[in-house]
Amino acid sequence: MGKGRIVAGCIAPHPPHLVYAENPPQNEPVAEGGWEQLRWGYERLRASLADKEYDAIVLLSPHWQTYVGTHFLGLPHFEGLSVDPVFPNLFRYHYDMNVDVELSKAIHDEAEAAGLPVKMMENPDFRVDYGTITTGHLFNPDWDKPIVVISSNRSTAYYSVEVMQEIMIELGKVTRKAIEASGKKVVVLASNSLSHRHFTTESEVPEDMSKEHITSHAMHLWDMRIIEYMRSGQSQRILDEMPEFTEQAIAESDGGGLSWLLSTLGVPDYPAILHGYGTIIGTGNAVVEWPCHAHEVSGQ
Amino acid sequence: MSEGSVVGSFVVPVHPHTVLAPDENPGWRALRDAFDEAAQMIRDLEADLLIVYSTTWPSIIGHQIQADPNPEWVMVDHDFHDLGSIPYSFNIDADFAHAWDEANRNRGLQSRCVNYKGFPIDVGSVVALTLLNPNNEIPAVIVSSNMYANRSETTVLAKSCLDVIKSQGRRAVAITAMSLSNRMFTDFIEPTEDKIHSLKDDEWNQKILEFLRDGRLEDVGQLSRTIHRQIRVQKVVAFKPMWWLSAMNGNRNDLSGRVLAYEAIHGAGCAVVHVDPTPSGVGDKEYDEDDVEYFQGERGVLDSGTEINIDELQTSGHKESQHSEPPQEQTSGPELWDPTEAEGSVNTDSAPKPVGAYPHARKVGNMLFLSGVGPRQPGTNSIPGGPIHDEHGDPMNYDIKAQTHAVVDNVRRIVEEAGASMDQVVDVTTFLVDMKRDFAGYNEVWAETLGKVGPTRTTLAIDALPTPIAVEMKVIVHLGE
Repeated sequence: MGKGRIVAGCIAPHPPHLVYAENPPQNEPVAEGGWEQLRWGYERLRASLADKEYDAIVLLSPHWQTYVGTHFLGLPHFEGLSVDPVFPNLFRYHYDMNVDVELSKAIHDEAEAAGLPVKMMENPDFRVDYGTITTGHLFNPDWDKPIVVISSNRSTAYYSVEVMQEIMIELGKVTRKAIEASGKKVVVLASNSLSHRHFTTESEVPEDMSKEHITSHAMHLWDMRIIEYMRSGQSQRILDEMPEFTEQAIAESDGGGLSWLLSTLGVPDYPAILHGYGTIIGTGNAVVEWPCHAHEVSGQ
Repeated sequence: MSEGSVVGSFVVPVHPHTVLAPDENPGWRALRDAFDEAAQMIRDLEADLLIVYSTTWPSIIGHQIQADPNPEWVMVDHDFHDLGSIPYSFNIDADFAHAWDEANRNRGLQSRCVNYKGFPIDVGSVVALTLLNPNNEIPAVIVSSNMYANRSETTVLAKSCLDVIKSQGRRAVAITAMSLSNRMFTDFIEPTEDKIHSLKDDEWNQKILEFLRDGRLEDVGQLSRTIHRQIRVQKVVAFKPMWWLSAMNGNRNDLSGRVLAYEAIHGAGCAVVHVDPTPSGVGDKEYDEDDVEYFQGERGVLDSGTEINIDELQTSGHKESQHSEPPQEQTSGPELWDPTEAEGSVNTDSAPKPVGAYPHARKVGNMLFLSGVGPRQPGTNSIPGGPIHDEHGDPMNYDIKAQTHAVVDNVRRIVEEAGASMDQVVDVTTFLVDMKRDFAGYNEVWAETLGKVGPTRTTLAIDALPTPIAVEMKVIVHLGE
């Protein structure tokens, strides 16, 4: 078995509006479109990786929120109906997904060996969170790759962004280690928005794009600052400024996904590809790819 | 039909341990026994409606109300999935849910009902309804906890709920599904190792329970932000369920409370508490924050510059609903005057402007004579409890108690401006525009306020007052020697 590797790492936001706007057969509500800039961004991401072979997707979702440790889906198959408790008018999705339990358990075991509190989720009645479903659908609408789903430990809420980063950087390192040991080719997804201040009202037609904009200028400035660091290969600066970004932009990075992703990718110093940016009910969202396959060091 | 009311309130914990593993820890067992006792108390109260405000159902677009008459699914907790699954099938009062939704919007709140097969009812609601209403005998309603809502929005949410309880004549039980301190252990523990996460959390919990035991619910609400900073994980805005529960009980501090159990679940402070509306006879109302009838907060993000138009609320909500409440602002009426100045005049900016050329009060010797004082609010000219008719003269529902309280408050401001105090009031003449409808409510507020001072009183029925108010007082004060 050869050494496993990470093909790409991506920020893949999960607002259910994107699935709603696309009208896939799995989703019950019907839309007239909307949020095209982001949906086209996802199209470009999929096209960018279309000719790249990979075996599994590893995803960290901030909507599987765990307060006691980090959890991993631990059964091979989940199916059911996912209804977004916040936007049930937009997202009622019939999902059917396969889990790479072997890889999931491998990351779990590495994390446990590193001293992190972890648990496998093996209850067959468990309903997979809508963040996982949304990102999973948008990245891979055919659902033809097995997935590893990691919960979001809420250490930011319990302690601080700094403590969250310590945990997530460690979790990223063991994720990478487990992937490499598995011999598999993997795409890693952080399912989160950037700035995360919502509107508290919804327009009569939710997909009315004349109503869509960032909630404030400050949020825009933060989003652009972070995206510029991504585009210029300055991942370490993102980690360095994570406390301020998370607090001032009320960023969804509080769930640890972005810190975990950058750590899993080895804090890349090469430019990421921005496939799309847009706002969803006022929050800032970017579809970003770090093309690891193009930056592999010989012999690594 | 008699007027509805909240006949009891309960605070209950949210974690699934009390349903799935009560016998794995003596504390969890005690909480489960307390749940069972609370369920019997609710049956004994002959409640016909359970209202659950759940902190584990966050919302963004205003508040959401469950309106599926029979939601069914299997709930698995995101953290404690290894304890097992909780199948549920609840009896939801969809009619009440829709009426509450409408009442919310009439009071300026963003609100909507949800009725979707497979909607994931949150763990706190599932635990509460599973244990407090095991046979689904009593219809229930569940409301979300808006993640951005603060005190005023949460208070108005309760008031709109009370509107519907009263208009439907319901015997309601209000339930908050919540932890006290909510810091859990961040590592896995054996059930036998469970305890409150820290001494500090335990001390704060004990203080909260002391207040609840004394029926000082509003005091807990007023301490909400402090409690949140001290013992709460900063994942939500404030310790808001106590705002809701206090407003559901009239923002009182003289309730009767009983703690049925207080224990830890994975480190969090969990209690089952019963709050009885029966006055305890002790406890003073220390009301530091504004009472608020209508929500006028930031809701115009989508259309910046758009403000809530109270007149629109009035015409769109009111004329279609006999249950809806009036708008607070009184936007029409006679011209307002600055109070006149003459020898002995007493005027203040903290009282409403006159509707003619006269002062708020006038001193003559050691006596102070007040002009007729109504409930209009200084500055805004709004009428607490709402005006008695709209700008077209069409009658509107209003709250005589709120109006009477506002009159007494205005009287107090003028009396204090004169350097006197309310216990120097010696004679009051009250004018009511609808004696039959309003005397009882007015009389009740009188007994709580001026009645304790002891002035002589005359109450007259009159045809109308210059502004759309229901009550006005003419007051004489003896300033002493």
